Amino acid sequence: MNDDLFGGDSSQWAFGTDFEDPLAGVDTTMVDDVVADDLALYCLGLADDALIMSQRLSEWCSRAPEMEDDVALANLALDLLGQARLLLARAAAASPSVVPVLPEGSPVPPEDALAFFRSAGQFRNVRLAEVPGGDFAHVIVRLLLFSVARRELLERLRGSRDQVLAAVAARGVKEVSYHRDWSARWFLVLARGTGESRRRLISALDELWPYQAELVRCGAVDLALADAGVGVDPTTYAGAVDAVLGEVFATSGVERPSRGPLAGVGGRLGRDGVHTEALSLLLAEMQVVARAHPRGRW
Amino acid sequence: MLTLLDLGVLRSVEMEDDVVVASITPTYLGCPAMATMRDDLVHRLNDAGFGRVEVRVQLDPPWSSDWITDRGRRALRENGLSEPGNVGRSVGLSLGPTRRNLYCPRCGSPRTRLLSEFGATACKALYRCDECLEPFEHVKEI
Repeated sequence: MNDDLFGGDSSQWAFGTDFEDPLAGVDTTMVDDVVADDLALYCLGLADDALIMSQRLSEWCSRAPEMEDDVALANLALDLLGQARLLLARAAAASPSVVPVLPEGSPVPPEDALAFFRSAGQFRNVRLAEVPGGDFAHVIVRLLLFSVARRELLERLRGSRDQVLAAVAARGVKEVSYHRDWSARWFLVLARGTGESRRRLISALDELWPYQAELVRCGAVDLALADAGVGVDPTTYAGAVDAVLGEVFATSGVERPSRGPLAGVGGRLGRDGVHTEALSLLLAEMQVVARAHPRGRW
Repeated sequence: MLTLLDLGVLRSVEMEDDVVVASITPTYLGCPAMATMRDDLVHRLNDAGFGRVEVRVQLDPPWSSDWITDRGRRALRENGLSEPGNVGRSVGLSLGPTRRNLYCPRCGSPRTRLLSEFGATACKALYRCDECLEPFEHVKEI
């Protein structure tokens, strides 16, 4: 490898200069009795949640109420992007068939191909991640709901028999703990702030609550991998998620929202590729440069 | 100078036949400095006469700020950064402000104020000293 990075002309590279395998040196051997495609789909779900959340958080660059929070949001986005990258690479290593086929000679690494060359129906993120942003209260509520559930998931995923998932979880749980605490504190501030901040917070909570149930729903892939000791059945931490949210609501003096879960299509939800139209618009923006230059050069 | 070894990022350097294999652990999964760190290692080892170098990423166990050496902590202070305290065991929900017993790396005053849990990079928080009024960065406990 040595000087390949500098010898080659990387200035025209559309996907950044660091296109080495992010899993180099990590044991990606498959655990026995796990179907490779199941593992790939499982990783895609967790990766897409992080990737789409990261994109939504990035949209707040330069728009937060204070510069410190601008920086905070960018950092949160970067943490999630890091998790997404490794999980996408893990999905590709488990089952190369999930990676979109690019033109001959394209140097785009598999994790970038997955991020930039899949269409909305191939994304497996929960719909909470993709709904269009509103005001700052909306950011806080979405991040709280997301990070409370993701933290419980990663906490349990540390014991995964898959080395990559276990390593991502061990690192990620600490990162997401910060995300959770940061959003929970802002939740409190907005709830106890002015009448206007409280009104906006409750309105955002009411809007986003129907998406919450999807975070703790168990699909067929989750179940298969949980049985194999590789994944986690989300229903096993639904109670823990509920308890943490309950604590935040109680401390903030906010009532638990009463709206029921958002319906899917024939029982299919975000994890099954069913999305709101907002995802297509988000992807159009996120993917436009990569799709215009699939060989990474112009 | 603050080295990768001082930061606890460089985990091991071993000879495998005639190849030098160095293992590094990212501080945060999204750490954008990984490629730079890897390239620096390769170049320094090349300069030291080792032609064949391989850098591996070791994700497990995850990096902890507890791995920063005493020398590294001194270097952080000398460069105007506040060193991390010990990583607490508790990871329960924290609804109050994060409490840390810090000293301003510039004037040594314990009268400091948290400005933001997130500084210029993911691994740092932003503080201000109420004594000398200078802002400074604190390397977070993780």
